[in-house]
Amino acid sequence: MKKNWPILVVDDEDVMCESMAAWLREDGYHVDTAPNGQRALELAKSMDYAICFVDLKMPGGMDGIETMMEIHRIRPEASIIIITAYATVDTAIQAMKEGAQEYIVKPCNPQEISMLVSRILKLKKLQSENAILRKKLTRQYRHRDIITKNPRMEEILTLTQDIASLRSTVLIRGESGTGKELVARAVHFSGNRAEKPFIVMSCAALTETLLESELFGYEKGAFTGAAAQAKGKFELANGGTIFLDEIGDISPKLQADLLRVLQERRFYRVGGNQEVEVDVRIIAATNKNLAEEVQQARFREDLYYRLNVIEIRLPPLRERREDIPLLAEHFVHHISSALGKEVGGISASALKVLIAYDWPGNVRELENVIERAIVTCRNGMLDEHDFTWLQQNAGAQQNWEVPDVSLDDLERRAIIAALERKHGNVKEASAALGIDRSTLYDKLKRYEIVH
Amino acid sequence: MNGLYLVAIGSVPAKALEWIENTAAEWFPLPIRRMPSLSIPEGAYDPKRGQYQSVEIMKMLAQCAPRDASRVLGVTDVDLEIPMLSFLFGQAQFDGPIAVVSLCRLHQEFYGLPPEESLLRERTAKEVLHELGHTFGLVHCSDPKCAMSLATHIELVDAKAEQYCSRCGMQLVERFTSREE
Repeated sequence: MKKNWPILVVDDEDVMCESMAAWLREDGYHVDTAPNGQRALELAKSMDYAICFVDLKMPGGMDGIETMMEIHRIRPEASIIIITAYATVDTAIQAMKEGAQEYIVKPCNPQEISMLVSRILKLKKLQSENAILRKKLTRQYRHRDIITKNPRMEEILTLTQDIASLRSTVLIRGESGTGKELVARAVHFSGNRAEKPFIVMSCAALTETLLESELFGYEKGAFTGAAAQAKGKFELANGGTIFLDEIGDISPKLQADLLRVLQERRFYRVGGNQEVEVDVRIIAATNKNLAEEVQQARFREDLYYRLNVIEIRLPPLRERREDIPLLAEHFVHHISSALGKEVGGISASALKVLIAYDWPGNVRELENVIERAIVTCRNGMLDEHDFTWLQQNAGAQQNWEVPDVSLDDLERRAIIAALERKHGNVKEASAALGIDRSTLYDKLKRYEIVH
Repeated sequence: MNGLYLVAIGSVPAKALEWIENTAAEWFPLPIRRMPSLSIPEGAYDPKRGQYQSVEIMKMLAQCAPRDASRVLGVTDVDLEIPMLSFLFGQAQFDGPIAVVSLCRLHQEFYGLPPEESLLRERTAKEVLHELGHTFGLVHCSDPKCAMSLATHIELVDAKAEQYCSRCGMQLVERFTSREE
């Protein structure tokens, strides 16, 4: 438990640093030491210290108060204890004013320091418990976000609770629009990482090199335009969860890099030669059949097994039609209040239309359809005729004479047509196609459609 | 087999060394060996505080450690300090080979009381178990009766039993059965 509260000792005297660190290590803490402010900051960037002991007087470079202020900028939650041999009320007041939690005069009684450390950590434990409890309230909210009475979905929700506090990697499979990100959020916000970051990264939207620097960050000068060091999503997610959407779309090189992160929880920033260590839970999602991708040698088998520790398969909306009325009511309520347009509800005949439709774009498509209906609706109630176009579409699907072309060609034409109809607006075109934006980007890349 | 070496630093009563030898032999399955006593290193004395720097003594022990030493336990009668703390009952390299115990504050005389040999023996045994426990990877224990609980003043030393609690004891056993200590 104490290992979760790392401590940093900053003092220019080696003896002071090492003896203090040794004493604290006997108590079970992870302790690092730094001979000056500069080194302390480097360490603070990679470790979330609970307590920093900082010597007030350090010759040359940054003094204790400057060091404290800089540490606070990187780690606002770290408690700083200023150490000094020259106790004056003035410096004590200044240190406390600048944010030091305590001020101690060396040498001090072992009891004094042991009580000080346990008092600070007691407070920190309360703070983190408080944050977790607050998130538990959020969890109820998050859970309400997943609306279902479908037994398979209910099983999945129970599973998200059971696996929430594990670190095991989760692979979520499901068609576009089935709510993969929502499930990933439910896993993150129900577990012990809830108060830490939840970072989303769509792997399909970016080129290989861009995705690499987005994920792993880069060092200053790593490439043209890299003016300063930047943290990647893995570092930003430290302590929390990273959600890698469209994982089936990453290049072989990134597959290898990702495998290393999964195995060792370490990586290099682009252009960097220093390893960065992170504690991140990975939740990946894909609408592809990865097992098949493995067979086709498009996806590394070892990475697949590393990702697929816990698998969640989300059913498409057409396999949980009983949820359509619930979801429709939910969207009507939310969208109408967001748009400021009063719509009382949705008629039984309209619901029949919605239940009969096949929803290739799943819940996301349903949401878009309801939004469109609300926008065009003239009475205070959504009725069958508000969805006539949907029926026409569905009808058109049934009676449509299929031209004699390949599936790829068909898809390509549909994408171009949608983009033309929406005047190049990718968000709208993807909604019309019933796929998400990242999938559309992926397809644009694949069909080499210059957008 | 590598041994646990016991060494007096400066003048230490022969009786105390015997007590320590018995305590160590009771708990640690290693041959207990004596090293010729060492004098207190010159640089260790801190004239401002009138105490001796534990770090200097630890350094000396590390330098003098025999090649076949699994652990080296220094025993001294002088008062130990580190820059941050006003005194130490002892110090150990966590999960490392070197430890030192000071008898200075274990004597009743230090607190202005008449000497009491049996109490000194008990206290010495407890501190030896505590510091050696650290060298075998034990951290402070929350059970105030366990030798591994943190004592920041003499009353807390007296509150301990002359043994490890079952949890710390099991950890030691595991350590000795799983590694080539």
